[in-house]
Amino acid sequence: MAEKIEDRRPPVTSTGTVGWVRANLLYPWYNALLTVIAGWAIYSAVKPFIQWAIINASITLDPAVAKEYSGAAWGFVRDMWPVFMVGIYPEEYRWRPAVALLIILALVMLTLVERFRGTKWLYALWGCSPVAVFLIIHGGFFTGLEVVDTHYWGGLMLTLILASVAMLFAFPISVLLALGRTSDMPIIKSFCVAYIELVRGVPLITILFMASVVLPLFLPTDMELDKVLRAMVGITMFFSAYLAENIRGGLQGLGKGQYEAADAIGMSYWQKTVLIVLPQALRIVIPPMVNNFIGILKDTSLVGIVGLVDLLQIAFATTSNPKWFGKLEEAYVFVALWYWILCYSLSRYSQHLEKKYASK
Amino acid sequence: MSQIHTATHLADNPVIIEMDGVNKWYDQFHVLKDINLQVRQQEKVVICGPSGSGKSTLIRTLNRLEEHQEGNIIVDGTTLTNDTKNIEVIRREVGMVFQQFNLFPHLSILDNVTIGPVWVRKMPRKQAEEIAYSFLERVGIGEQAHKFPGQLSGGQQQRVAIARALAMQPKIMLFDEPTSALDPEMIKEVLDVMRELADQGMTMICVTHEMGFAREVADTMVFMDQGQIVEYAPAKEFFTNPREERCKAFLEQILNH
Repeated sequence: MAEKIEDRRPPVTSTGTVGWVRANLLYPWYNALLTVIAGWAIYSAVKPFIQWAIINASITLDPAVAKEYSGAAWGFVRDMWPVFMVGIYPEEYRWRPAVALLIILALVMLTLVERFRGTKWLYALWGCSPVAVFLIIHGGFFTGLEVVDTHYWGGLMLTLILASVAMLFAFPISVLLALGRTSDMPIIKSFCVAYIELVRGVPLITILFMASVVLPLFLPTDMELDKVLRAMVGITMFFSAYLAENIRGGLQGLGKGQYEAADAIGMSYWQKTVLIVLPQALRIVIPPMVNNFIGILKDTSLVGIVGLVDLLQIAFATTSNPKWFGKLEEAYVFVALWYWILCYSLSRYSQHLEKKYASK
Repeated sequence: MSQIHTATHLADNPVIIEMDGVNKWYDQFHVLKDINLQVRQQEKVVICGPSGSGKSTLIRTLNRLEEHQEGNIIVDGTTLTNDTKNIEVIRREVGMVFQQFNLFPHLSILDNVTIGPVWVRKMPRKQAEEIAYSFLERVGIGEQAHKFPGQLSGGQQQRVAIARALAMQPKIMLFDEPTSALDPEMIKEVLDVMRELADQGMTMICVTHEMGFAREVADTMVFMDQGQIVEYAPAKEFFTNPREERCKAFLEQILNH
């Protein structure tokens, strides 16, 4: 009779960090050579940036002192960062966007607590939050706060508002468009196909121009549509078409058997769609959908063209300030860092969602 | 040849399904040819035949997963038409089990079974869960109610699928090759559940190649070929003395492989 063989640990030299370095970086000799060459190339490419950004950089708030350093003048960012955050939003009211941000952060924190997640009151709070944020930042109505017109909105705040509004509205619209496009009803289907193909066939800039220049031509002269609102509508329209195509991919990726099983139980079209089809289809399309969301976030930078001062436009505005004239590199690096933080967080969140749903 | 096939040996039971001159085409292809079939309450019908003979299509017309173009289908007193309301009424009374199980992978086993009663039958969740547990118990999956379909074996998934159909408390159960996608060692556990269901008097129509099961459970055997009902007979007669050549050849093949 065969004896039972005990489990043994794998040999150290072929697994773990040591094994990985040996297998991928050093062995055989030409890999070692490549490692050295690549290492040198990376070093020489990054070195000037490190020198500029860290070694020769200054953080003084005095532009005259900063001139003595050959590297970056981070004092500019230290001095101007509130403007990057909120644009020309009046200084005495800057606490209001801060409060709005705190509200959102508090909600995120609450959502992270396992015990509160999925409770009705938390959903209700999230549902109210856009209105609350708007009221705090805009003021007026019954709040007793001084009105700050959207004309004064700018910076990172404007970028985030544009992107979140676009995501919030584009998502349900695109679900309806995708369902319409896959439906059997000819009129609805052709409307959805026409909308998607029309909007997808035009660059976002064109749509923004149309929304801000052409649209007012059709409206009565005394009726002025808010500039920010026009941009929101344009971006939402544009991305709902893109998102719709991704979601349609998910709908078609679902096996025929799922539809039949739902039918066989006697579910109506909407029961089938909401309970069976969408939960599965949306999971399939999490990666392309987040890709779209990242696209929305970055493409909001195009609103500069129709005269809004978003995070990117602020970079131009602040560097024409006589005090810190021409600090373009610092401004761009700072702005790029913000876009990267936001997009990377979205991407990490999507990976988290994928993992969470993959286990089921 | 419009002879109506009906189970004379069960003549006391009322007719619950009636197919009257049913024809169906896929484009030019004539899949169901002049089907005249009656099924009586508590009758167990097994439909067999070579692949492509239209047997799956036949049972799928009974709950309108497939549309027929000619003839009448009356299920439990309701005539199948394009009217969505009619179709939903019939689907509530007709449970179906598929070859590929088709459980909802994003829902737990329990939710898979309660989703029909809760949303379609508008049953309170508490009551639906009680019913779900009792059916899961009956098919031997009681302890796994909180797992997800992907965590169960094929045989277990198919038993859950049966529980899901039963939880709607249907009057008729349709089985579309329920064991064809299963590993051999799991076929028995599914057939056992079906056998038990038959013993409890459910009206059943099964498309299957499991002739041992058919011989044991079926009241009536239907043999189909090329879209037609070729032979219709009480099970005993069918297995001991098939009349049609095609049917004999098929049985030879399937019983002696």
